[in-house]
Amino acid sequence: MVKQKLKVTLLTGRTIEQGVGKEAGKATQGYFESTTMAYMDICDMKKLGIKNRTNIQVTTPNGSVILRAVKHPRGAMPGMIYIPYGPWANAICSNETTSIGMPSFKGTPAEVEAAPEKPVLTLKELLKSEFGK
Amino acid sequence: MTVVKSEVVKSVTCPVCGCLCDDIELTIEEGKVTEVRNGCAMCESKFLNYISEHRVKTPLIRKDGKMVPVSYKEAIHKSAEILANANYPILYGWSSTDCEAQRVGVELAEEIGGVLDNTAVVCHGPSILGVQEAGIPTSTLGQIRHRADVIVYWGCDPWSAHPRHLERYTAFTDGRFEDSEWMSYINKVKASVGKKKFAAVKKRSLKCETEPEAISDNKPPETLNKEGRKLIVVDVRESMTGKVADYFVQVKPNKDFEILQAIRALVKDEDLDVEEVGGVPVEYLKEVVDTLINCQFGVIFFGMGLTQSAGKFRNIEIAISLVRDLNARTKFVIMPMRGHFNVTGANTVFTWQSGYPYAIDFSLGYPQYNPGETSVVDILLRKESDASLIIASDPASNFPKKAIEHMTKTPLIVIDPHMNVTSMVGDVVFPSTIVGLEKAGTAYRMDHVPLPLKKVVEPPEGLLSDEEILTRILEEVRVIKSQRMKGAN
Repeated sequence: MVKQKLKVTLLTGRTIEQGVGKEAGKATQGYFESTTMAYMDICDMKKLGIKNRTNIQVTTPNGSVILRAVKHPRGAMPGMIYIPYGPWANAICSNETTSIGMPSFKGTPAEVEAAPEKPVLTLKELLKSEFGK
Repeated sequence: MTVVKSEVVKSVTCPVCGCLCDDIELTIEEGKVTEVRNGCAMCESKFLNYISEHRVKTPLIRKDGKMVPVSYKEAIHKSAEILANANYPILYGWSSTDCEAQRVGVELAEEIGGVLDNTAVVCHGPSILGVQEAGIPTSTLGQIRHRADVIVYWGCDPWSAHPRHLERYTAFTDGRFEDSEWMSYINKVKASVGKKKFAAVKKRSLKCETEPEAISDNKPPETLNKEGRKLIVVDVRESMTGKVADYFVQVKPNKDFEILQAIRALVKDEDLDVEEVGGVPVEYLKEVVDTLINCQFGVIFFGMGLTQSAGKFRNIEIAISLVRDLNARTKFVIMPMRGHFNVTGANTVFTWQSGYPYAIDFSLGYPQYNPGETSVVDILLRKESDASLIIASDPASNFPKKAIEHMTKTPLIVIDPHMNVTSMVGDVVFPSTIVGLEKAGTAYRMDHVPLPLKKVVEPPEGLLSDEEILTRILEEVRVIKSQRMKGAN
């Protein structure tokens, strides 16, 4: 069976959980939990055939990362995926600085597919795979 | 039974976000913070977790792939050697430390001919460029607290990133001329309980096959014409701040520029020959414009939703132009929601020392400024730098992967109280004291008001402050350079 892929607009940004996690420490479980998730619209999750907290693979021209899909708790956001700032979001966000120094952290295209069998990498695993350190 | 002696320190300034709340009360028992009053969740997290296993206890140097504890003297000498021998080093971060350390940073950058940049480059750098294009009509947060009757948050979610902003400076505070809207929000929540049950039933029968044509099907409510403060939130998704707003306007991603231009046209009483702009029906925009021009004192706060989306600094320029247009009809100001507690200080210190707020290149012996060329992300992507000093920030958590890849391939010095992601891939790691808790200093609030940071507890024994570490690295660099000069002669 061919896996359903969804074209979405990638947004990265702040959440209060990510803020609390970063102040407690980047190696804490709280920071890991809050930055390895992605808010999605409930309708988009239904299209992918996934439930809350199912792992998904988000792919952009810059890379690919496994995250947990979480239902956006307020209102509709069809065709969008919101990932809190962190090393996992950085693995896929755009390098394009449009000649002013600022990478395009919001509003770039991405593709999402269900990946329940793939694990979310820990921070150490992610750093090892990306930078070899 | 022993009685633990406790002391309450009042009026502590919180060193977390750009709000710099200065009403924090800390209870100190046996030299440690045990209780935080008045703070938000992030403030509590910082003050209650400052001593943990994630704190770096001694300087570390990477030897044979492993981080080995060393003395400050050895780490300072190693860092000075790296920086003195580098052709094009970058010195980045600066936003979570005090102005005193930032001042030494400028001196060090000039001494080694490096590139000095702060976190504004991935935050409100475009805002600075927008301000340089259009100027900025702004005020202090005190003016807004006492006078603002229309508050717009555009592309920002203070409930998550600046949790006490509404409570201290805008909609939920009692000012001299405007009252808090907190009770009105509570009543709205009570009234929405029945609606929530209805919505839950509706959601169960929700069909997802059809996409909504315009994202914003949220009509302007009657409360937009109410007496008192009015809160409008514009964002691509309904954030927590959107939830508490009198009117939440949901816009399509990357369409802020068009919407701001459309609002400008409406403010000037021009007609638009389209039905909707950026996912918002024009008739809704007209009601928003009515609210904006009929206020006594309005303010637009903006965040990453504008600076990181398509258009970037042009979004800011046009938002400022809108405020200029609104000032022909009423009184309006605009302000960026600065993130790190002293990123405004970093821009201010760098500007008074070098003439430029960020992305400053000293490689020719004098400061040059051209974001896009002299900004750290671009330098890393072009693989031009040959060493990095990162202080009071965590670019490995905030830069695109490609930029960090190059940073990790060149010698990397990190100064931070905690083991952050950049420290984990660093080559020389310095622990430092926590500014605003273990060291006194100065920081600038998001409205450019400087506030004192207190020393509340003693730092762990032997730890140096950011300022002391930088000063000692600078002294060592000068020694190495003078020895090199003598050798050459």
